[in-house]
Amino acid sequence: MKVFKLIFKNILRHKLRTILTIIGIAVAVIAFGILRTVYTAWNVGVDAAAADRLITRQAISFIFPLPYSYKEKIAALPGVSNLSFATWFGGVYKDKSQFFARMAVDDETFFEVYPEFSLSDDEKAAFQKERNSCVVGESIAKQYNFKIGDLVTLEGDIYPGTWEFVIRGIYKPKFENTDATQMLFHWTYLDERMKAESPGREGNVGWYIVKVEDPLQSAEISTKIDALFKNSLAETKTETERAFTQGFISSTGAIITAMNILSFVIVGIIMLVLGNTMIMSARERTREYAVFKTLGFSAFHLTGLILGESLLISALGGGLGIFLTYPIINGFAQVIPKGFFPVFQVEPITLILAISAALIIGVAAAIFPIQRALTTKIVDGFRFVG
Amino acid sequence: MSVIIQVKNLAKSYWRNKIEIPVLQDIDLEVEEGEFLTLMGPSGSGKTTLLNLIAGIDKPSSGDVLVNGTDIGKLGESLLAKWRSSNVGFVFQFYNLIPVLTAYENVELPLLLTKLSRSERKKHVEMALNIVGLGDRIHHYPKQLSGGQEQRVAIARAIVTDPVILVADEPTGDLDKTSADEILTLMERLNKEFKKTIVMVTHDPHAAERATRVVHLDKGDLVVEPS
Repeated sequence: MKVFKLIFKNILRHKLRTILTIIGIAVAVIAFGILRTVYTAWNVGVDAAAADRLITRQAISFIFPLPYSYKEKIAALPGVSNLSFATWFGGVYKDKSQFFARMAVDDETFFEVYPEFSLSDDEKAAFQKERNSCVVGESIAKQYNFKIGDLVTLEGDIYPGTWEFVIRGIYKPKFENTDATQMLFHWTYLDERMKAESPGREGNVGWYIVKVEDPLQSAEISTKIDALFKNSLAETKTETERAFTQGFISSTGAIITAMNILSFVIVGIIMLVLGNTMIMSARERTREYAVFKTLGFSAFHLTGLILGESLLISALGGGLGIFLTYPIINGFAQVIPKGFFPVFQVEPITLILAISAALIIGVAAAIFPIQRALTTKIVDGFRFVG
Repeated sequence: MSVIIQVKNLAKSYWRNKIEIPVLQDIDLEVEEGEFLTLMGPSGSGKTTLLNLIAGIDKPSSGDVLVNGTDIGKLGESLLAKWRSSNVGFVFQFYNLIPVLTAYENVELPLLLTKLSRSERKKHVEMALNIVGLGDRIHHYPKQLSGGQEQRVAIARAIVTDPVILVADEPTGDLDKTSADEILTLMERLNKEFKKTIVMVTHDPHAAERATRVVHLDKGDLVVEPS
C-alpha cells in the first residue's frame, strides 16, 4: 500500500463532500477563465500593436478629425517609411446590435502599413479599382455569410445617409490576435460624399498611421510630428500604436480592472471552499493522526498525507474546470457579437494562471490542517471528540 | 530475566488554565523482559498516563523512563517517533483502526516505515493476522468486522513489527465478555508463546488475573506492587 493509495482512499471517505468541493473548484476555475478571457480579449489590441507604427490623432480628442493636408508633411519627415490614414465611420448594419468596426481607409497604403491583414493581390486590385467597394474581415464574413460581390448597406450616423458597398475582398488575419472583424472601404468615397452632401466636412481624416523605419526612433519622430502642427488649429498627439490602443480602452478601464480583481477574488473563494473541506477532514481525523504519530509516522509523512489530499482535490477540480472552460469560452464566442471581441479565446496566460491558482490553492488550503495535525499532541489527539 | 523497562522518580503534571494538575508523583517501577504487567486503579489514578510515558507518546515532567536501555524522555520528537515504530506495539480501547483501510492495510501501516519489500511486508502481515486468527479476513474493512475482530486486527498491527514491548490501554473495555476473553487469551499467548513483554492498563480484575504481575495506582502514586 502506498501513500498515494491512502490519499486517494481519504478523498473518497465523504464522496458527496469531495464531489461538491471538486465541482465548486471547477465552477470557480471556469468563472476565473471566463473573466480572464474577457480581460485578455479586451487587451488584445494592445498586444497586437506593432512596435513600428505610430498613431497621430487630434491633440484635444480622438473624436476630432485632422486635415488631410497633414499627410504630405508627415510623410516627408525623416525616419517615416510609410503613412496611411483612417476615419471611424460607425453606421448601422441591419440594427444597432450588429456591431463591427467600419472604417474609411486609404486604399493604396492601408494594407501596406497593416501587413497582418492578409489580402490577395487580385482582391486588393479589385478593391482599389471600384470607389464604393469594401473589404471585410474573415470573421464577420463568416458570421454574416458575406461573399465577394455581395452588397452591404449601412445606415450612417456620424455620416448620415444610406451607404452601399460591394464586397471585393475578404482579408485573413495573419496572427491569432489580429482583428478579423473590420469592414474597410475607400476614404475617397466618404470624402466625395461629404463634399457633395455636407460641405465643410470634407478633407478630414480620423487619424494617421505612421510607419517608422526604426522603432527606437518612435519617441523622436512623435515629437517631430507634433512640433510640425504646434499652434495650428488642429494640433496633433502622436504616440505608439500600443499607447494609442491603451488610451482607447482606458475609458472602460475601471470595469476591466474590476473584472481582473474579481477573477482573483474568485481564487480566494476557491481557497476558502477547499480550505473548509480540508479543515473539516483534518478535524474528523484528529484521532487517526494521533494513531499515525503513535505508529511512528513523522511530521513529514502527515504533511504529505494532508497536502497530497488537498492537492489532489484542487488538481481534480482545477483540471475539470480547465477542461470545461474551453467549450464554454467557445460557446460564448459564438454568442457574443464578433465586433465586441475580435479575438475571444483562452490565452496561454489564462491557462498558466488557472493551473498556478489550483496549485497555490491546494497548498494554501492544507496549511492550517497540517499545522493543526502536527501541533496536536498524541494524547490530546486520542482524547479528541469530533 | 533482565529489566526491560525502568521508571525512575517519574512525575507528570498537566496544566489547565495556568493551574498545575499533578497526575503522577515519584513513580519507580521496573518491568522484566517477558513480563505481563497490569496497571490497575480507579479513574484518574494516572495509569493511562504512566502507560503513555512508558510507550513514549507523552513526555515526563521529571524523572526517567528507560526502555531497553534507551532513556526515551531525552529523545526529540523525530527520534522518539522512530523509536516507537520499532520498539512499541500499541493496542487501544477503541481499536483505532483506519476505517478506509482493510485489515491487511491496517496491519501493513507500521511496516511502511521499514525498508521491507512488498513481498516481505506481505509475509509479515499475513503471519500477524494468522497469529490473531484473522487470516481469512484480510480484505475486510473495519466496519465489516465485529468489535473483537477489530481488536484482533489492532493486536496484529501492534505485533507486526515484532516490537520490544506491547502496551495495551483497556484493550477489553469496549468488548463483550466473550470477545474480551478471546482478546485476553490472545495476549496471554503472545506473552507466553512469543515471549512478548506486555504492559496493560485495565480496571477489570478478571482481565488483571491474566497478568503475571499487577501494579496498583491511586491518585498518582504506586500503592501496591505484589510479587
